Amino acid sequence: MLDVSGLKKTYRNAGRVVEAIADVSVHLEAGEFVCVVGPSGCGKTTLLRCLAGLLAPTEGDLTMAGRPITGPSPGTAVVFQEYGRSLLPWKTVWENVELPLRYKGLARSRRRELVTEALAAVQMEDAGAAHPWQLSGGMQQRVAIARAIAYEPQVLLMDEPFAAVDAQTRADLEDLILSVWRRYEVTTLFVTHDIDEAVYLGQRVVILSASPTVVQEDLAIGLPAERDQLTTRADPLFAELRAHVYGQIQQAKNRAARPSPTPAVGQGD
Amino acid sequence: MRAAARLVRVLGLPVALVLAWWAVTAGEDNFYFPPPTTVATTFVDVWVSGRLLDDVLPSVGRLLAGLALALAAGVGLGLLIGLSPRVRAVFEPALEFLRAIPPPVLVPVMLLVAGVGDRMKILVILSGCLWPILLNTVEGARSVDEVLGDTCRCYGIQGAARIRHLVLRAASPQIMTGIRQALSIGIILMVISEMFAASSGLGFAILQFQRGFQIPEMWSGMVVLSLIGVTLSVIFRQVERRVLAWHQGPRKRERAEGVRDA
Repeated sequence: MLDVSGLKKTYRNAGRVVEAIADVSVHLEAGEFVCVVGPSGCGKTTLLRCLAGLLAPTEGDLTMAGRPITGPSPGTAVVFQEYGRSLLPWKTVWENVELPLRYKGLARSRRRELVTEALAAVQMEDAGAAHPWQLSGGMQQRVAIARAIAYEPQVLLMDEPFAAVDAQTRADLEDLILSVWRRYEVTTLFVTHDIDEAVYLGQRVVILSASPTVVQEDLAIGLPAERDQLTTRADPLFAELRAHVYGQIQQAKNRAARPSPTPAVGQGD
Repeated sequence: MRAAARLVRVLGLPVALVLAWWAVTAGEDNFYFPPPTTVATTFVDVWVSGRLLDDVLPSVGRLLAGLALALAAGVGLGLLIGLSPRVRAVFEPALEFLRAIPPPVLVPVMLLVAGVGDRMKILVILSGCLWPILLNTVEGARSVDEVLGDTCRCYGIQGAARIRHLVLRAASPQIMTGIRQALSIGIILMVISEMFAASSGLGFAILQFQRGFQIPEMWSGMVVLSLIGVTLSVIFRQVERRVLAWHQGPRKRERAEGVRDA
């Protein structure tokens, strides 16, 4: 469904060429849930922005359902980390979810159907008339998720969506996104810096190296399909996978810290 | 009780000032500073009768026409300049130069170009009101939040839809600030433009009274001017409250709850 091969991204910064992503290849089957983790500044967000069509890759082939990604596509929905800056503050919850559908050319009745269903899926059916600023952070992120799924994407891209909410809200939202993923069977790429979250959510975890980024490891998560905050996190396999991912990221960091013949420059993401 | 307290707060100082004016002028017989009672009766005699139609309406009409044109041109050009760094680089130095010209200076020029009629006065008002609206729109349009911009791109909200649903709304606090500044500049220019080669209007009337030593009439004209100013500002505030509810709502909540983290 989603195919990244040989992605390379360099920035020109004050006359210097900075290599953010050296060579990343990832493949997502239809309906898969894949998490991407890596040390901070490793270009996770750059990868996601390339996949969203917001950023042109320097090299490499990015395809979705066999078609090259050249710009934002109606088959892709994105949920950003900054929920407070991704909903239009002058529109109500309902209007925020509906607006993209209008420009997708859907009829009014179909839009109403989709918005109602999406708001119900994130348990926000009563908040349609509210404005984003009247909601808590977690609720705003629910609305952003509703907007994404109402868009009926083939691919859902999420950029550290729960990094800015408190721990309890975060656990709720993790379970929510799993239920949404199962219900809509949407291919999901979930970028996070939180190792627990990556292992808890993903069927696979792609571990990126420090910048210039390559794929350090593509790890299958052999946990049962049904995840649960209590039992899954208490599973010995969970602890083992978690420790493994942690070790990989530490390794990636240390490798980056050591001096190398071509000095790598950290790229903020 | 609360409403009464608020009324006292709002009207207290104006009432005190009028009373002070009265106290100072009541006993005296100063030709240039008549007591407020005289001005009040003159006000009714002069303005409530014919002058309201003959002078106030044309003035206000020209003011509104000038403001409307300034709004259309200011927002239109402002979007064009604010959204394109290339256009901005070309226009900005020229704009800095043009806005530094005091608009009243343009009256003689406009007289030559546009004649003595309404057109000249509307052009003068436009030439003064354009800048605050234009420059604030540029500022608003260029500072649209990046994440919001990316979100709209991702969800196919492009072109005209982007301007309508994103840029105009995001820039609306700055645009409203520009309009507020334009309002006060507009009233000044309305009066000044009418002091040259005019046959009607408030500026014309006040000047005429002054030249004919009709001092209470002159003062009452100024009262009319300030009433127009107050009325426009009240209307503006109502519109602003509506347009910027999304902007003021969160701030009000923050103030009520104390400073909170995002």
